[in-house]
Amino acid sequence: MTPTTSYQQPTARGYYGQFGGAFVPEMLYPNVEELRTQYLAIMADPAFQAELQALLRDYVGRPTPLFEAKRLSAKYNTRIFLKREDLCHTGAHKINNTVGQILLAQRLGKTRIIAETGAGQHGVATATVCALMGLPCVVYMGAIDMERQAPNVARMRLLGAEVRRAESGSQTLKDATNEAIRDWIANPVDTHYIIGSVVGPHPYPDLVARLQSVISEEMRKQLLEKTGSELPDFVVACVGGGSNAAGAFYHFLDEPEVRLIAVEAAGHGIHSGHSAATSVLGTPGIIHGSKTLLMQDEHGQITEPYSLSAGLDYPGIGPLHAYLGEVGRSEFIAITDDEALTAVAELSRLEGIIPALETAHALAALGQLGAGPDDVVVVNLSGRGDKDLETYLKNMDKLV
Amino acid sequence: MDRIKHAFASKTNLLNTYFTAGYPRLHDTIPLAKALVEAGADILEIGMPFSDPLADGPIIQGSSTVALANGMNLPVLFEQLKGLRAAVPETPVLLMGYLNPVMQFGVEEFCRQAADVGVDGLILPDLPLAEYEEFYQETFKKYDLKAVFLITPQTSEERIRRLDRLSEAFLYLVSGPGTTGGTTLPDAVVQEQYFERIAALKLRNPRLIGFGIADKAGFDRACGHAEGAIIGSALIRALEDVADAPAAAESFVRGIKQA
Repeated sequence: MTPTTSYQQPTARGYYGQFGGAFVPEMLYPNVEELRTQYLAIMADPAFQAELQALLRDYVGRPTPLFEAKRLSAKYNTRIFLKREDLCHTGAHKINNTVGQILLAQRLGKTRIIAETGAGQHGVATATVCALMGLPCVVYMGAIDMERQAPNVARMRLLGAEVRRAESGSQTLKDATNEAIRDWIANPVDTHYIIGSVVGPHPYPDLVARLQSVISEEMRKQLLEKTGSELPDFVVACVGGGSNAAGAFYHFLDEPEVRLIAVEAAGHGIHSGHSAATSVLGTPGIIHGSKTLLMQDEHGQITEPYSLSAGLDYPGIGPLHAYLGEVGRSEFIAITDDEALTAVAELSRLEGIIPALETAHALAALGQLGAGPDDVVVVNLSGRGDKDLETYLKNMDKLV
Repeated sequence: MDRIKHAFASKTNLLNTYFTAGYPRLHDTIPLAKALVEAGADILEIGMPFSDPLADGPIIQGSSTVALANGMNLPVLFEQLKGLRAAVPETPVLLMGYLNPVMQFGVEEFCRQAADVGVDGLILPDLPLAEYEEFYQETFKKYDLKAVFLITPQTSEERIRRLDRLSEAFLYLVSGPGTTGGTTLPDAVVQEQYFERIAALKLRNPRLIGFGIADKAGFDRACGHAEGAIIGSALIRALEDVADAPAAAESFVRGIKQA
């Protein structure tokens, strides 16, 4: 495998080091190949870019602010900025990707959209852009996730999407992804599959990373304005599949002095048997068409991860993240459910911002960075906490 | 002797039956193989169960879940398959499954053990062609294991010809869009045109049609367009909740093969 010259670029066959590729059955080959051969040209088209930039500005609400969190900074004795992706339309970074992919789908002549969702954020972001463009939308969601994220199910339905229950396997995100892939196999001509993270067969990891890279593009400009330098000392983001982290890291990947911190969900503890810390517990294998680190048993059966957060309990990570970790370009930190809940309370009280449970994992890593008073730390505040209120209410004893 | 070539040379209207190893009970694998062949199955495809079988519909996925819960895995399967050739000496046998369990077992070791127990070929739907040529082909050849490739209505002629050149067994014609066991049959005229388009290519390999073929009528219709057909989900369904799985398999196959 030829080494990548930039951390941003996979090889022609979609590899980041040993990770990536497109391990899809023949039934999916034409769909994936159509996307692979066209996505770069379509995204480079000035008309596409003009439409995308206008939607990001006027519909999504970009650029999102970079907010200096002074009370949080005082507590950790360093200089902390929050990249406010929680202020995007629909309440999380997920819509950066769906806006771009729906424009891509239109240019590919697709008339029907499918998606998978775990916590429901990506499903809502997909249902939203489908409503905007008048395209029919089917979202697959694990039966268990539909129970624990009921408000997002209601939002998707209100937006006109059909939410289909994934009853197979463990009935969570990985099974919803399986069902979406099967739908795409059954509808190879008219349907575009909007994957929600930097996972899946090439070109999806690259496509989604490019669409999310607007996050770090804005960070650089905003940091220059606020600190006099485009480069921070640390960028911190949570990782399930890794789309918000990919977006937050993207324009810093080739700046070796910026430390990139990927925060995983340790659940009840990394080695408790109830964890989603893929960088520690995972080994190389194939999941959803991509070679990456994944949680599996000794016989190569994919195991079910655990996190209180429905957005981080994916048994793999994007191949880009597997590669960055392997070569030491990023560092992984694992945060337990309880540490994340503590961080929810802390940000709510110190800054008046209630973060999503996924995002709280990134915030909980602040105490482990070793950042000094002169360091600049950017935390990607990937989502707001409204969707998690029920979980927070149930755990009020840990939040007070 | 090449069992696959011999089967295609000596028979017409071949029935290839798929079943999941370890389903419905862990030790049904060899008795099922024997019963299927005695009833008239011409080729056997033994499924290696996987937790996340992307190309399969709910029935095969369900059987895989049961098989895994029964304790099926590759070491257990290879142990069972030591009795394969005593049970079915002449019938071509293929292992079908997904790449990840094979990778974790070790590709070379997997091929060595498969060849040792008398397996003739492999179907790994999520092994991409480019990866096969670069990393797997040599190992498969070393152990004389034939790779079977899938063709769908969307596969281009150029790609079909490339698959035909690489194949030394048969080509697996997926009947229409969808996963295994699909119940919504594609438009009959469109499907006919697809089968005829493939037939007109005069490929060097024989073809078997699979996905969504459930009964004698479907089997006979497929045989009008190819050398035979593959039945999987319908057989698995016939094994659900039965006391004697080999007997149920036998009567299922007799129902397909009766004149």
